[in-house]
Amino acid sequence: MPVLTINGRKTSVDVTGDTPLLWAIRDSLQMTGTKFGCGAGLCGACTVHVNGEAVRSCQTMVSDVVGKNVTTIEGLSAKGDHPLQKAWIAEQVPQCGYCQSGQIMQAAGLLNKNPNPTKGDIIEAMTGNLCRCMTYSRIQRAIMRAASDLRASNDINRRGA
Amino acid sequence: MTKHVNVPKVEKPVDLSRRTFLVATTAAGLSFGFANVPGVLDVSDAKAVANFEPSIWYAIGTDGIVTVNVGKADMGQHIASTMAQLVAEELGADWRDMRVNLVADGKYADPLLGAVITGGSWSTRMNFDAMSRAGAAGRATLIEAAAAALGVPAAELVARDSAVVHTKSNKSISFGKIVASGKASKAWTPDELKAIKLKTADQYTLVGHSVPQLDIPGKTNGTVKYGIDATVPGMLHGKPVTPPVRYGASVKSVDDSEAKKVPGFVKAVIIEDPTKTVTGWVVAVANTYFNAKKAAAALKITYDLGPNATASTESITAEGRRLIKDRSKALLFVKNGDSGAALGTAAKSIEAEYTTGINIHAPMEPMNALAYEQAGIWHVHTGNQFATRSGGITAGAAGVDPKNVVLHQYYLGGGFGRRLESDMIVPAVLASKAVGKPVKVIYSREDDMQFDFTRPLTVQNVKASLDAAGKVTAMEHDIASAWPTARWGIPAFLSPAVDMKGEKGALDGFTVNGSDHWYTIPNHTVRTYLNEVAQNATPSGQLRSVAPGWTFWAVESMIDELAHAAGQDPLAFRISLLDGAGANNGGAQRLKNTLIAAAGLAGYGTKVLPKGEGMGIACVSSQERGTASWTACVAHVAVGSDGTVTVKKLHVATDIGTEVHPDNVRAQVEGAALWGLSLAMYENGTMKNGAIEQTNFDSYTPLRHNQLVDVAVTVIANGEGASGVGEPAVTVVGPAIGNAIFNASKARVRSLPITAEAVKAAMKA
Repeated sequence: MPVLTINGRKTSVDVTGDTPLLWAIRDSLQMTGTKFGCGAGLCGACTVHVNGEAVRSCQTMVSDVVGKNVTTIEGLSAKGDHPLQKAWIAEQVPQCGYCQSGQIMQAAGLLNKNPNPTKGDIIEAMTGNLCRCMTYSRIQRAIMRAASDLRASNDINRRGA
Repeated sequence: MTKHVNVPKVEKPVDLSRRTFLVATTAAGLSFGFANVPGVLDVSDAKAVANFEPSIWYAIGTDGIVTVNVGKADMGQHIASTMAQLVAEELGADWRDMRVNLVADGKYADPLLGAVITGGSWSTRMNFDAMSRAGAAGRATLIEAAAAALGVPAAELVARDSAVVHTKSNKSISFGKIVASGKASKAWTPDELKAIKLKTADQYTLVGHSVPQLDIPGKTNGTVKYGIDATVPGMLHGKPVTPPVRYGASVKSVDDSEAKKVPGFVKAVIIEDPTKTVTGWVVAVANTYFNAKKAAAALKITYDLGPNATASTESITAEGRRLIKDRSKALLFVKNGDSGAALGTAAKSIEAEYTTGINIHAPMEPMNALAYEQAGIWHVHTGNQFATRSGGITAGAAGVDPKNVVLHQYYLGGGFGRRLESDMIVPAVLASKAVGKPVKVIYSREDDMQFDFTRPLTVQNVKASLDAAGKVTAMEHDIASAWPTARWGIPAFLSPAVDMKGEKGALDGFTVNGSDHWYTIPNHTVRTYLNEVAQNATPSGQLRSVAPGWTFWAVESMIDELAHAAGQDPLAFRISLLDGAGANNGGAQRLKNTLIAAAGLAGYGTKVLPKGEGMGIACVSSQERGTASWTACVAHVAVGSDGTVTVKKLHVATDIGTEVHPDNVRAQVEGAALWGLSLAMYENGTMKNGAIEQTNFDSYTPLRHNQLVDVAVTVIANGEGASGVGEPAVTVVGPAIGNAIFNASKARVRSLPITAEAVKAAMKA
């Protein structure tokens, strides 16, 4: 059985290596925060991180991530208080909410690479993530807010050090 | 006409006055609700017995936590939170103590509709009073108990922040403590309930305030459960294998020899659906969804394609045109004056055809359901908008009495009308029955798109006339489409034709609402036609905003065409027609005010725009005349010489009477306006050889982040009753864009979605 490292914990999953990571996470590990939307890498609802980078778990096979660090929405922060999650609440972003795990993970992947995104950077990074409720303006605002909060806390940390 | 289903009749709406409001303490806490609510369907009554859920609107625990039972489907409109807000306002609860419990039981039927159904932007309007009175009755009961406990007169007590407070002595007792004392108990008679004096707007502390939505934190950390997340021990997984045509195929043979090589494969179940909701389906059942998917792909199935295998967008459109031209199958929806005579003597007349294409709901959560039988009861776990009907379909599919069905409600990963349907339940029930274990069926995105109950393709013809002074003298409006509501098999949802008084169920009002608009036109006729080619080949459904999504495309485009023909400004022209005469009194004036507000917001008529840009205006009264919200939009567009349209900004003004949650109103109106934009510009469904051609988000392409347009929203709330916000702004955007394109380029487009080719062709015309 393949052994995966998910949210910092090593777990063996009773699936074949050609199983999409999405279904291993949802069905074998019963972690349902990661969503199935299109099965074709077209909507972004299934976005997780592999070694800190946002990927579509419906297009990533279990065998591809053995030995790598997989992070799902459940593991983005210990208490659901990642700056993006806080910003999502502050901006009251979700409507139906189904795409939002993927939106948040995609945005977190962006901020990992680019802590100072412009609106253009955000749009470019997020366009693969569909929101059928059309909460796009709030998503974009929340990412801006989180980036600003992250920069502020980094400044404070630097001054403290 | 295809009658796909035969479900038990919906009884007439429940008479609220015959209910007794019950307040009683139980071991678990204090419960408030309507006792002896007659079930809408048998299914409801039986569920009350079988179901483990309390038969009440809300309960207060000894810890002071108030749990509101919400019979409305929460699909992103935060309706559960809104219901809790209405209860908390009158109860005097601390918002932090509020919780919601999603229920589908018939006891929680909408107090005005008498069914467990969520749609039409009806929920806030129709539940405001009932939830407020439930909260107020609880407050009065708690105060009475507290008066005895504190030894002070009840009149000196107030309920606030989840406690009853005696301000004179500064003594207080928490709701939780009162409940724990077991002293709160009272049966409210209907007269007592009716006599409760509700708060006035100036006394509100929660209504009108943007309290944090209760469902949002769970939607940021993956903990909110949707139907697709449901699981039970021993559950198997099912992947549908759908036939090559949308409706009417049947399975001739299934060869599972290759599927049997897939590890974990259990069975290929041919779905013989007694309710005829789905035709020609097979479900591959396996131990995991991935294996079920593999097995599904390995099945070799032969089909009889049935009678609809040649249907296409073209054949459906042609049938719509034929019906309108022939007129023999017309049913009358509006008949005021004599439009035929008026058109015959008019100084000037215009005739135009308006069409809208097939639209696919495509909520982000694909259709799914988990079903199993346990101790003689069929359990279904799914997120659904119409439990009353879905319970009947479940019973029909399982072949059991409706009383042996329990629906378990979840959050909906998008509804938009798609989850008013019950098709996803059928394969789950029949697959579970065949393998004797719980089965969760999940549609692939391809299944979800190609087997959607789409917004129907519509063909509309409008003829209108002006007198020499430029006043509209007549309008004749013909509308041909599939009839979604007729397919439901519930006569109570259909309307009589205006010239056939008493003959119920003649026509589907949900395909013509909006054509009975608020403009004063002395001679006005609306005729409607059931397009049976469409009805058979593309079983259609209700899509966010329903008929006004196409009727106002025609009405608001034609009004604009008339304004230009009369040489008048389209805003001034509309205002002059909204004079509030006769039956239009009230609504017309409110609609007029939204036009003025939207125009002001946009700087309509004051901004000088560059060449190739224009503003267009439209106003709508979605949904029924009796349940309308009043909405106007000014769209600002730029049109390139190649016909490319760029929508630069949408300005929306909406009159919704009372705002329960201002932030949510704005979120809903913006989302709805962007839906309108997406439908007008980006979403195009087509049929060929009896099949929907679009399969995934590469071929059916709703608006994305990079297509976002700034939506300015202004909300009018002058203290009239609260009306709906989830849908009306969908319908106003398309015609506003079409009218803006005309003002920018002199190209008149009459088909949705709008394409660059159509704009370019219209420029030359």
